[in-house]
Amino acid sequence: MSPNDIYQRLKVEFGDDILSLNEEPGFEPAIKVNPNNIVDIMLFLRDEEGLEFDYPSCLSGVDLGENLGVVYNLYSLKRKHRITIKVEVPKDAPNVPSCELVWRSFDWHEREAYDLLGVNFVGHHNLRRILLPFDWEGHPLRKDYVQPDYFHGMKVQY
Amino acid sequence: MGLLDRLDDPYDIGDNIFLGTIEDVLNWGRSKSDWYMTFGLACCAIEFMAVNAAHYDFMRFGCIPRPSPRQTDFIIISGTVTLKMAERIKRLYEQMAEPKYVLSMGSCSNSGGPYWEDGYHVLKGVDRIIPVDVYIPGCPPRPEAFLDGMVKLQSKIKHQEIFRKRQNMSQADRDAIAQRQVELQKLREEYENWRKEHFDILQQE
Repeated sequence: MSPNDIYQRLKVEFGDDILSLNEEPGFEPAIKVNPNNIVDIMLFLRDEEGLEFDYPSCLSGVDLGENLGVVYNLYSLKRKHRITIKVEVPKDAPNVPSCELVWRSFDWHEREAYDLLGVNFVGHHNLRRILLPFDWEGHPLRKDYVQPDYFHGMKVQY
Repeated sequence: MGLLDRLDDPYDIGDNIFLGTIEDVLNWGRSKSDWYMTFGLACCAIEFMAVNAAHYDFMRFGCIPRPSPRQTDFIIISGTVTLKMAERIKRLYEQMAEPKYVLSMGSCSNSGGPYWEDGYHVLKGVDRIIPVDVYIPGCPPRPEAFLDGMVKLQSKIKHQEIFRKRQNMSQADRDAIAQRQVELQKLREEYENWRKEHFDILQQE
């Protein structure tokens, strides 16, 4: 199924929640969607006959300046097609519904995006830091992050 | 006829007699039998595995991997020391028995390496938390470079003072040791309080 076909299927089902399709050559074809309805869209992509995305390749957080983005890379081992789903949320209220229960492997991916970028995945059962120490302050992959001077008495700067 | 007279006599057992101080003999033995901790951090550890394998054969230096810090003579800091890991490394180092040595392998543990500027999570040099004996440069170092560092460590052990060490210790070192003892005592008390708070309550219930 081509990206445009997937886009049309989603558009018929969800209407205005599906914002745009980006098919720029050289990039992964990406569909931008509304974050509020992301769980239903993901369930549709997983279960609908003909789409059947059964392999969630990756979930990444992105700092876009004013907004935070979350990028879902999906692949179907059965149908051999792939698609990228993107959402954007404002930085002062970065709430995205958790897709942890759609594909369980997004559990740790979402924890990583929370750890490094501070995306708040609403409904995640265990949203705490996964890589950094549990008492770390701030989210270091944000563009406006300032390195601490000391951590537990150890100097951080060179 | 004394022992010294027999040293040059080829028809006697002279060829098999060596003379030296106890310190020389002990250091000779210690330098040829260094056990190291099985401990790797990053890509330098992969290079270190190459040193261990048949081609470079690290065991011919008398180095045997040990799984416990209590049984090791030296620790190889092979890779990036993150701030999270730094506390564990310090604890492992303190669990090792004296005399103990540290080999810092590669740019990361020498000085932070490629993370020196933007590495918010990297300790810029392991010598900020534990004393380092030999620094091996490289990113990662070739096995030959590592073996050269090992030879340097051996020569350091070979020429070390054992018996007069305490007497010759400077006042600053004594103060540092006393300070650390106080800190450790404080940690022990904190742990005891924490244990009481969490586990004694469970037992009562």
